[in-house]
Amino acid sequence: MKLRSLVLAAGLAALASTGLADGHGGKVKVGMITTLSGGGAGLGIDVRDGFMLAAKMAGNDNLEVVIEDDQRKPEIAVQLADKMIQSEKVDVMTGIIWSNLAMAVVPAATAQGKFYLSPNAGPSALAGKGCHPLYFNVAWQNDNLHEAAGAYAKEAGYQNSFILAPNYPAGQDALTGYKRMYDGALAGEIYTKLGQTDYAAEIAQIRASGADSVFFFLPGGMGISFLKQYAGSGVDLPVVGPAFSFDQGILQAVGDAALGVKNTSQWNKDLDNAANKAFVEAFQAEYGRLPSLYASQGFDTANLLLSAMAKADVSDTDAFRAALAEAEFDSVRGDFKFGSNQHPVQNFYVREVIKEGDVFTNKIISASLTDHADAYASECTY
Amino acid sequence: MTRESLINTALFLMLPLTAGAAWMLDEPFIITLATKVAILALAGVGLNIALGLGGLVSLGHAAFFGIGGYAMGILAHHAQNYTPLMEAPFLIEGTNAMPIIWLVAVIAGALAALAIGALSLRTSGVYFIMITLAFGQMLYYFAISWPAYGGEDGLSIYVRNGFPGLNTLDPVQFFAIAFVILAVTLFAAGRLAASAFGLALSAARQNAVRVETVGLSPYRLRLLAFVISGAITALAGALFADLNRFVSPTMFSWQMSGEIMIFVILGGVGRLYGPVAGAALFILLEHVLGGLSDFWHVYLGILLLLVVLFARGGMIGSLAGREVAHD
Amino acid sequence: MSTILLIEQVLNGLQFGVMLFLMAAGLTLIFGVMGLINLAHGSLYMIGAFAAAAVAGATGSFLLAIIASLAAAAAAGALVELVVIRRLYDRDHLDQVLATFALILIFSEGTRWVFGSFPLFLDIPAALSGPVMLPGGIQYPAYRLLIIAIGLLIAFGLFQLIAKTRIGIQIRAGESDREMIAALGVDISKLYTIVFALGAGLAGLAGALVGAIQSVQVGMGEPVLILAFVVIVIGGIGSIKGALVGALLVGLTDTLGGVLLPGFFATFMEPSAATAVGSSLASMSIYILMAGVLLFRPTGLYGTA
Repeated sequence: MKLRSLVLAAGLAALASTGLADGHGGKVKVGMITTLSGGGAGLGIDVRDGFMLAAKMAGNDNLEVVIEDDQRKPEIAVQLADKMIQSEKVDVMTGIIWSNLAMAVVPAATAQGKFYLSPNAGPSALAGKGCHPLYFNVAWQNDNLHEAAGAYAKEAGYQNSFILAPNYPAGQDALTGYKRMYDGALAGEIYTKLGQTDYAAEIAQIRASGADSVFFFLPGGMGISFLKQYAGSGVDLPVVGPAFSFDQGILQAVGDAALGVKNTSQWNKDLDNAANKAFVEAFQAEYGRLPSLYASQGFDTANLLLSAMAKADVSDTDAFRAALAEAEFDSVRGDFKFGSNQHPVQNFYVREVIKEGDVFTNKIISASLTDHADAYASECTY
Repeated sequence: MTRESLINTALFLMLPLTAGAAWMLDEPFIITLATKVAILALAGVGLNIALGLGGLVSLGHAAFFGIGGYAMGILAHHAQNYTPLMEAPFLIEGTNAMPIIWLVAVIAGALAALAIGALSLRTSGVYFIMITLAFGQMLYYFAISWPAYGGEDGLSIYVRNGFPGLNTLDPVQFFAIAFVILAVTLFAAGRLAASAFGLALSAARQNAVRVETVGLSPYRLRLLAFVISGAITALAGALFADLNRFVSPTMFSWQMSGEIMIFVILGGVGRLYGPVAGAALFILLEHVLGGLSDFWHVYLGILLLLVVLFARGGMIGSLAGREVAHD
Repeated sequence: MSTILLIEQVLNGLQFGVMLFLMAAGLTLIFGVMGLINLAHGSLYMIGAFAAAAVAGATGSFLLAIIASLAAAAAAGALVELVVIRRLYDRDHLDQVLATFALILIFSEGTRWVFGSFPLFLDIPAALSGPVMLPGGIQYPAYRLLIIAIGLLIAFGLFQLIAKTRIGIQIRAGESDREMIAALGVDISKLYTIVFALGAGLAGLAGALVGAIQSVQVGMGEPVLILAFVVIVIGGIGSIKGALVGALLVGLTDTLGGVLLPGFFATFMEPSAATAVGSSLASMSIYILMAGVLLFRPTGLYGTA
């Protein structure tokens, strides 16, 4: 691995030199590439709004943010990254929502000497062998929420889970993560088609399988479809899943079908700390809607960056990196620190979907994993 | 010189001039954009041989674009990790030499086009559009669910592949490579259209029965055109993957097929330089409109619609007048 | 796999097929009568779902929502026909593909502009939620049974419309000889608008019916659109009967392929590899089916050359 890093450093020297040459004198220019149009736009908008809210609240004139829309297409993201680096000459990059886009952009960006702060995606390759000194993940490693779900299933005494996820790398990671913490038997393990909207066939299999619980990872519209169809099927096994299918942005579209479902997350709006209270209040005041998980991650990302800016100049790469690694900011998650691979070591909670007035939202019912690090940290050597 | 050839010359010079100006102004991203135009235009030139010359409306050219991309991705991935591509029955090593990658991409694209074309050309009209689409979708879903090369995540190649004597990471030098390939292909495509084969192909598009009566097989003519077309588009795919240093199943998506088709139609179907004009306009729009609004697709859609409805013959057709159309 | 499970899966395949038929019927009618490839048909499906969600949200009535979906999609269809599509009839397929591709862009992002980036809520009425017990001890969701019933009813209605009514005669005449029926004094442009609105309305209805058990979001129409194209190509373009047979074939292949293929491979492969190979092949199955049909019948099952 070391060898490859060296090759990278040498090979990209030509590009890197243009980027590193200019200092900004205390100023930091951030390039945010995120999804603002098309099907997954809700997530990117939340990350952007959370990030910009933190920037606004801090009122720091030294922070400049350039925002671009990747349309959820990896090719576009790569080209925007080129633009950010070659043309905008940013110091720090952030914003990417999807793991496949992160895999396309992050290694090249960090190899060219740019800091990358991930507000959402945490693919295992970047946490383990592919880790990089300039790459910080402020959200979670992809497996984490699924591990928390597995831990919850174990604690709840489930013995025979039926698990399903889309047939793509993040889906495979999800099932692996769940199985890492869950130690009962599996009534079934299914990979569905990515983008699938009808789950009648899978639900029939669940019904016939004799399972005592269901774990699913179906992000976005897939989860909405699954939950609505599951609720109408008459199968009433307990369901558990990661927070993605139960987040503020899509809960209203799921409706009653989600009520009472347990899901796992590192954040919720009722987490009891001052930073979170201020965040939830300010977000509602600014945008007129409840903040989501993604908004909280965007907010934390900006605050992490601001905390490092207060301590070091971005042109001094080592000092700035050390300042980021200290993570001395008031996270809306409460305690927050980085592990050896610069991924969070944090608490995960079990949430339950409830109805507050007319609005569906979550409340925390118990802790799932405490000070939990990811499984790949030991593979990471800088 | 006719008006069309004047326009063609201007179009041809536009790319290196833009890249040169950007180089002098130290705006490497503009060079990257110009490179993207050159590569996408190359894909369009490939499609145009099937579409314009052969009258074969293929909505599945993303298949070849993606095959070229993955030829680059797979070879470079193995070279990057020092693992052989195949050990039995004989050893095949990965490579990061562009010429070899191009050769593999062209051969793979041609073979795929031979297989897909041989089956698809049994149909015609809308059925042909749809069966090519189906083959593209098959490859798309295959690429997504095939875990060996990253599935939906795709493959990242961290260092651009090498070309003897050049630093391919320098935007200008990589642009030069892409542009020279485009220029050579344009020249070859022009000769092809004027050759006996090209004339027979055009004739088969206009009146298949007549071609048959002089003893030529329209099926074989079209199949050969489809194979050449697929091979060129695959070469463009390999270059596109190298531009991004990344390849993913989206290169196989039907929207990609649609975009390549848009380049051809925007510029003018069957016109040699049509794809160059179309790709340049499309990238320009994407770049300019994308900065204006989150909802820029609406404007792009309206613009496309206006072009189809009111600027028949595409950009070149409108500028050059209809009298010099391809047939 | 038990027989009960297999029957349930066949029902699921049927329900999916019937849904596809609603989409494909409009598409194939429009192609048959006007010779037009309409890529924007998926957008009309989306418009139906969004209209239903908006009306259901405002009034709370599912019935009104369904009516609104029909009306909104038909109106949008008529409008698009009058403003854009009508200029495309005498163009080649290429121009039609590009123009309707442009319409997709406009509709998708326009909808996001109006309704925002988050999925909308649309649920089935309480009376229809939950399963019913079928003979043989099969539990099946009531709403899905209703979809099958509605779909078959509409299929029957369409056949009657085309076989028995005056407009049906004009449609059939239009399919066989466009110039002639114009010469006979039929108001051809009115006929075209009606047919287009009818196809759009059916797509909108499908969007609303399906939206209630899926996610109402921008871009929901495109995957269905591709499937609907597969359906009409298998069935033979222009043939309503072909659309019905094709839709059921595709629905059953897709559902049963996803269920049976992994199990089939598991009989001679290790489980994880079998799941991977089976799922990959299942996601390609309908395209393989389509290519197979076209190889033996280049104009589809019921198409005429």
